[in-house]
Amino acid sequence: MPKAQDIDYGDDVVAVPLRHPWRWISGALATALLLNFIYSVVSAKSIQHEIVLKFLFDHRILEGAAVTVMVTVVCMTIGAVLATLLAIMKLSVNPLLRWLATGFIEFFRGTPLLLQIVFWGYLGIIFPELFLGVPFTDIVFVRGETSDIIPAIVAGIIALSLNEAAYSAEIVRAGILAVDQGQTEAAKSLGMSSKYTMRRIVLPQAMRVIIPPMGNEFIGMLKNTSLLQMIAVAELYTQASTISSANLAQIELLIVSGFWYLLMTSILGFPQRALEKKYGRGFETVGGRAAPRAFKVGRRL
Amino acid sequence: MSEVMVDARSVRKSYGSVEVLSGITLKVEQGEVLCIIGPSGSGKSTFLRCLNHLESINGGRIYVNGELMGYRQVGNVLYEMKSKDIAKARQGIGMVFQRFNLFPHLTALQNIIEAPMGVAGMNADDAKALGLQLLEQVGLADKGDHYPSQLSGGQQQRVAIARALAMKPKLMLFDEPTSALDPELVGDVLDVMKNLAKAGMTMIVVTHEMGFAKEVADRVVFIDKGQIVEVGTPKQVLDNPQEARTKAFLNKVL
Ligand SMILES: Nc1ncnc2c1ncn2[C@@H]1O[C@H](COP(=O)(O)OP(=O)(O)OP(=O)(O)O)[C@@H](O)[C@H]1O
Ligand SMILES: [Mg+2]
Repeated sequence: MPKAQDIDYGDDVVAVPLRHPWRWISGALATALLLNFIYSVVSAKSIQHEIVLKFLFDHRILEGAAVTVMVTVVCMTIGAVLATLLAIMKLSVNPLLRWLATGFIEFFRGTPLLLQIVFWGYLGIIFPELFLGVPFTDIVFVRGETSDIIPAIVAGIIALSLNEAAYSAEIVRAGILAVDQGQTEAAKSLGMSSKYTMRRIVLPQAMRVIIPPMGNEFIGMLKNTSLLQMIAVAELYTQASTISSANLAQIELLIVSGFWYLLMTSILGFPQRALEKKYGRGFETVGGRAAPRAFKVGRRL
Repeated sequence: MSEVMVDARSVRKSYGSVEVLSGITLKVEQGEVLCIIGPSGSGKSTFLRCLNHLESINGGRIYVNGELMGYRQVGNVLYEMKSKDIAKARQGIGMVFQRFNLFPHLTALQNIIEAPMGVAGMNADDAKALGLQLLEQVGLADKGDHYPSQLSGGQQQRVAIARALAMKPKLMLFDEPTSALDPELVGDVLDVMKNLAKAGMTMIVVTHEMGFAKEVADRVVFIDKGQIVEVGTPKQVLDNPQEARTKAFLNKVL
């Protein structure tokens, strides 16, 4: 009996890639489980589907979702700017700045977010009157009732932004540290100031490292806005629970708000990928697919 | 009589308690090409970095183009300048690094015009024209739109030279510009440097390329343990060294 390798087939052979049967089996298993779950939700007698459908596009729900998006975007923007400042302070040679940044970060990371939100929301009870002026003189810039100056939504934005700043400061710092020291030296040798170097040379390169974890932060923020229900900000979850406390359809409204949260967090993936592509330019490995780019004069950030 | 471009007087530099430069005194004239050779760790890079104040010094003085570099002198005390003024002074000194240090997120052309536009305030059209002319000068006219990752080491180093030249420096510092290159790419970079020397640029070059030193340098300095051991023409220092330490070093590298 001749062995296979002893028979001369010439060059007329076929190459078969490695097969992965377990990928198919586990994929099929996961799909089956998912379908089963969807079926049990759809067919459950205890869930009134017409209520879900009725409130899915209810104007209060839609308004709540809009508030959620607005608060998320505002808080992430403020949070990211403060985080960058904190990161630069923490990397500074000035010990006082380092100490201040570290203290801020430790404080806001070390206390529960819910507690911070309630604190800012109840600021009016602790300090009924706000006052901005020079102490021990008659000079007053602003004076008024705290609840007038800081409505619930502003309190919520302050709470979420400060907390976000503390968390993402470390992300930004890691990104800055990931940029090679030689980049700063080259920039300095060309006469660039440290501010200019940070803005034009270091941060754009740090972005590559910063964006993926910041995408996570964004999703986390979007969901954390639901905590603002505690101080009655009219965001998505607050709206849903207001409705359900009237019609007692708790599960149905959880499904409604869950649907919107899921939709919004999935959409966030698109801008993230676009940003990753933008800041990944020039970092493709040699022989990669990157095509040379035409010169653009409007290249400023 | 030509003008003095660099005047270093008894420059001392320590890291903690370790003295890396122990009193370096050296003058470089305008248009001169000076090569610095010496064993690893002898302080060659450190000296170069002191010249454009990437490192502060602990003693002595450095004048570049007649100006005290990095300090103001009041009486017999030197006060370090504000970082804004140091940045300004660095504009007149180009530097080329062993590992190129091109900005990876910018194309070759953008690398070159970033400082002229952002620091010197040149407008986009002039900067682009200057950038293309410099790319041409280093033999890379068709590579302007390539990112550094799409260029060979030799091409990257030539872009880095063009980037340094874009600020119209009066002095160019090279720290082992060909040490990180494959042997077949070294020639192109050295050619660019030779042309620069011919055009009258004042250059201080830390190098292990003895052939380049012999051909291009006006003077060669041998540094060991943070001190100048021997200075002279390439013939004197490389072919007929007087000091035992220079002889021992040259025996090792040649
Ligand atoms: N930032 C630093 N902190 C502490 N020591 C340093 C620092 N930079 C350099 N040194 C030390 O200073 C000495 C001189 O270093 P330098 O880089 O100037 O040497 P070099 O002559 O350029 O050597 P090479 O040929 O290897 O590049 C070395 O002993 C080095 O370890
Ligand atoms: Mg060195």
